[in-house]
Amino acid sequence: MSVALEAEASGYNFAYLDEQTKRMIRRAILKAVAIPGYQVPFAGREMPLPYGWGTGGIQVTAAVIGADDTLKVIDQGADDTTNAVSIRRFFQRTAGVATTTATTDATVIQTRHRIPETPLTEDQILVYQVPIPEPLRWMEARESETRKMHALAEYGVMHVRLYEDIAHMGRIVKSYDYPVRVDGRYIMAPSPIPKFDNPKMDRMAALQLFGAGREKRIYAVPPYTRAESLDFEDHPFEIQSWDDGCALCGAIDSYLDEVVTDDKGGRMMVCSDTDHCDKRRAAGYSGPMAAPYAETPK
Amino acid sequence: MNLVSTAARDLDDDPPLLSVRNLAKHYGNALGCRAVSFDLWPGEVLGIVGESGSGKTTLLNCLSGQIDADGGEILYRHRDGEVADFRTLPEPQRRALLRGEWGLVHQNPRDGLRLRVSAGANIGERLMAEGARHYGEIRGAAMNWLSRVEIATDRTDDLPIRFSGGMQQRLQIARTLVTGPRLVFMDEPTGGLDVSVQARLLDLIRGLVDELGAACVIVTHDLAVARLLAHRLMVMKGGEVVEAGLTDQVLDDPHHPYTQLLVSSVLQV
Repeated sequence: MSVALEAEASGYNFAYLDEQTKRMIRRAILKAVAIPGYQVPFAGREMPLPYGWGTGGIQVTAAVIGADDTLKVIDQGADDTTNAVSIRRFFQRTAGVATTTATTDATVIQTRHRIPETPLTEDQILVYQVPIPEPLRWMEARESETRKMHALAEYGVMHVRLYEDIAHMGRIVKSYDYPVRVDGRYIMAPSPIPKFDNPKMDRMAALQLFGAGREKRIYAVPPYTRAESLDFEDHPFEIQSWDDGCALCGAIDSYLDEVVTDDKGGRMMVCSDTDHCDKRRAAGYSGPMAAPYAETPK
Repeated sequence: MNLVSTAARDLDDDPPLLSVRNLAKHYGNALGCRAVSFDLWPGEVLGIVGESGSGKTTLLNCLSGQIDADGGEILYRHRDGEVADFRTLPEPQRRALLRGEWGLVHQNPRDGLRLRVSAGANIGERLMAEGARHYGEIRGAAMNWLSRVEIATDRTDDLPIRFSGGMQQRLQIARTLVTGPRLVFMDEPTGGLDVSVQARLLDLIRGLVDELGAACVIVTHDLAVARLLAHRLMVMKGGEVVEAGLTDQVLDDPHHPYTQLLVSSVLQV
């Protein structure tokens, strides 16, 4: 069964989309790279998975991937969740490309919710799946008005949201999809990554592409481009921190997920980036709850 | 430019803040307003009165950029002394004016407020739009303005939907005036409020406008409001200005038959 599924599917164009569609998407990507942070509309296609599962990211990946690329797909930081496995297999079958779970081996990384802990390089492209590309949506419902606000850089309302957080909670509690200003101009929704990852977007060496399938928008942060998180002078931007490190690999500088282990209040904090955690344990690092390290059977 | 000065202002060398010339607006074949011309000086309050359908709200909407007029000029003198026609200004500059130097108070406070964010954020929004990025200062300004419009500062973090109608209207006024606008448009600011609340609100508006020295255009159908607030009055009927002059002069000695009718229909208590 699994052998048949891994086999390359016949009857499809390379990477599923037809060449004209890929050209259309590439044009949108070029425009997005030329205007960092600007949302470029594109004629999004129906993909063989539901909206919200990464249709935008898949189309962007399909448009940029080549036969000699190596693809990594992550969902919530993990390589082995349903969404990641399905999308990886989709490109295995329709493009016959090599896939990997190692961040350093990948040339194209499609992601939902996380930026890998390992710093990316100039040779890599990071593709984000974006559910809601419009950062102004919750303050202004009219699309005609939000476009105007972007065009005229009228971004005062973004701070109204942050003001509300501080007024009610004493600090900025927005913890994911934290808005950034790209290259000092456009305000951009960085997709639902934790704000822990926001500093990684800033001047990242890799090209960052964002695809929103339902809203049919593509935007980009070119390599080494500024992406500043919004804040107040007296309430500066800060990222999440934890008291202890990862229970498995002991990392104190990675984003941790809380895993409930029993129904008696037991829990553990582990790296959300599974590749990062594996690499560290293979290198001999160990946390308080780690079993002796054994190579995962492939 | 042919300035149509009123007698009261002949002694004043200051150029007007706003000069409106031959403003017209049609809705298809129906007339909104036409041939409206007037001057407004800094610190002056101009009342526009008339019955429903007389074109006063159309006029205010044209002046405040809510709708575009069909013809005429709205000449505004900027802080730097430069005069420009609001109607031909590029949109970014028009919106910047509406955000900072101009203010608009809607008849229904729900049109002018963000109901889903706190009172403090409502006041702070215009400051943040102008580039304020210091939370403590924004909050300080918000609380200062809340107390100036007689709202207790412990309501700073409450949502405006929890406020009474009169409080909402006062909040809207605070939100509009926080940037120190030079020109404020008010559309029936006391409409829909009960009489005692109206009286206090009028008192408040009069004090604030006086304090800030802002020029003000107030649309109202209530002659008592006009008498209390406006220095000068324009009476509109059927989309045209039928009489204009000093408030006391127009109300005490109305010349046009329609103004006479309007003045005589006010209930004397």
